[in-house]
Amino acid sequence: MAEMSVSVTVNGSSHAASIEPRKTLGDFLRDDCGLTGTHLGCEHGACGSCTVLLDDKAVRSCLLFAVQANGRDVTTVEGLTRGKGELGIVQQAFMEGHGLQCGFCTPGFIVSVTALLRDNPNPTHDEVAVGLSGNLCRCTGYQGIFKAVEIASRRIRETGDRP
Amino acid sequence: MKPAPFDYHAPTTVDEAVALLAEHGDEAKPLAGGQSLVPLLALRLTRFAHLVDLNEVTSLSSMSRQGDDFTIGAMVRQDEVEFASDVAAAVPLLARATPLIGHFQIRSRGTVGGSLAHADPASEYPAVALALDAVFDIKGKNHARSVAARDFFVGTWTTCLEPDELLVAVRFPAAGKRMGFSIDEATRRHGDFAMVGCACAVGVDGSGAIDRAAVALFGVGSTPIRAEAAEQALIKLRRDDLGPSALTEIAQLAVRDLDPPNDVHATSRYRRDAGAVLVGRAVAAATAEATNG
Repeated sequence: MAEMSVSVTVNGSSHAASIEPRKTLGDFLRDDCGLTGTHLGCEHGACGSCTVLLDDKAVRSCLLFAVQANGRDVTTVEGLTRGKGELGIVQQAFMEGHGLQCGFCTPGFIVSVTALLRDNPNPTHDEVAVGLSGNLCRCTGYQGIFKAVEIASRRIRETGDRP
Repeated sequence: MKPAPFDYHAPTTVDEAVALLAEHGDEAKPLAGGQSLVPLLALRLTRFAHLVDLNEVTSLSSMSRQGDDFTIGAMVRQDEVEFASDVAAAVPLLARATPLIGHFQIRSRGTVGGSLAHADPASEYPAVALALDAVFDIKGKNHARSVAARDFFVGTWTTCLEPDELLVAVRFPAAGKRMGFSIDEATRRHGDFAMVGCACAVGVDGSGAIDRAAVALFGVGSTPIRAEAAEQALIKLRRDDLGPSALTEIAQLAVRDLDPPNDVHATSRYRRDAGAVLVGRAVAAATAEATNG
């Protein structure tokens, strides 16, 4: 049960720590990197709040041990800004479309929608529904989230920017 | 941090992995994609003193066509299966089953071998492997063996794997001409475990008569189950023979002897009735594809 040293590149910066192997990537991001944007809800893979990008693929950070991310690239909701404190495309769209109420689930949605729109910039309504099915929101009833995805999708097509 | 403490091992070869399993016996568990094991650890439904992470064992992540077999390494991820054109061509039933598994954030980590070795009775891949008569390649420290799908699944979350054995690859017979495949399931929400599902493969001869049929139901017992009576009844029938009443008859044969679980998700009766509907649909779709193909 000895601690192990890990080094993970998070949002472009290297973070190293000595941790127990049972520490999840989600806990590592919050406790050791101080990046509290990633929210841990159910901690068993059901709610999607903790979704992050691991080498550009959307994954549950509660179902991955931080030691497994050693030497890998992780992007959290904090890394999806456009720099200089400006919101990223998906973040801006969630604000404009009222895609959140309490905001707890929002980081997971932002990351999932970013991955979804990178793979499919012009999804149908049904594709959005399936794409959002891995994230739970208990406030909005999802309509504002659908609207946010629509806004982000339109902006990506108009500007050609990568979400 | 919810799992009980464990020692973490990250071998880079199969030999190292099976040596660790041999050393630690039932105190050790292989960690594949972790999408089922880690929740069980987090909920403390299980605990292991040693986790043997297979994610650095790169030799387990390849897929290849060898003769009439399409071999998929145990650590091939589900999203790779979902989008690979050679899987869609060689093992269409597996490719079509994949979007039914969880969500895309699960399939980006989840693996073929992990899902099969976890052997959840309501999951899709075990039923696909059973329907296609896949062969499981297993390695231990000083031995290797191959097991047919029908002998691999023993019970709920239980397979024939010994604690010191590792599933390394699964061989699926590549789809031939005049074959058709279909999989469908009943879930409350997309990505949930199936209350009941059916995977079906049908082959027809040059005259259009069915000469091979496989119907596997999942979510209705402790393992996926082949509906042998329904399969036999399909032999020599043609697509035109499978009108609504014939399909109903076949579907009833498929569910006649089942004793599905009765739980909060669905009653036993519902699973049997919905299962019959799914069998009818899957048989019709697979037969149509085989006949047109």
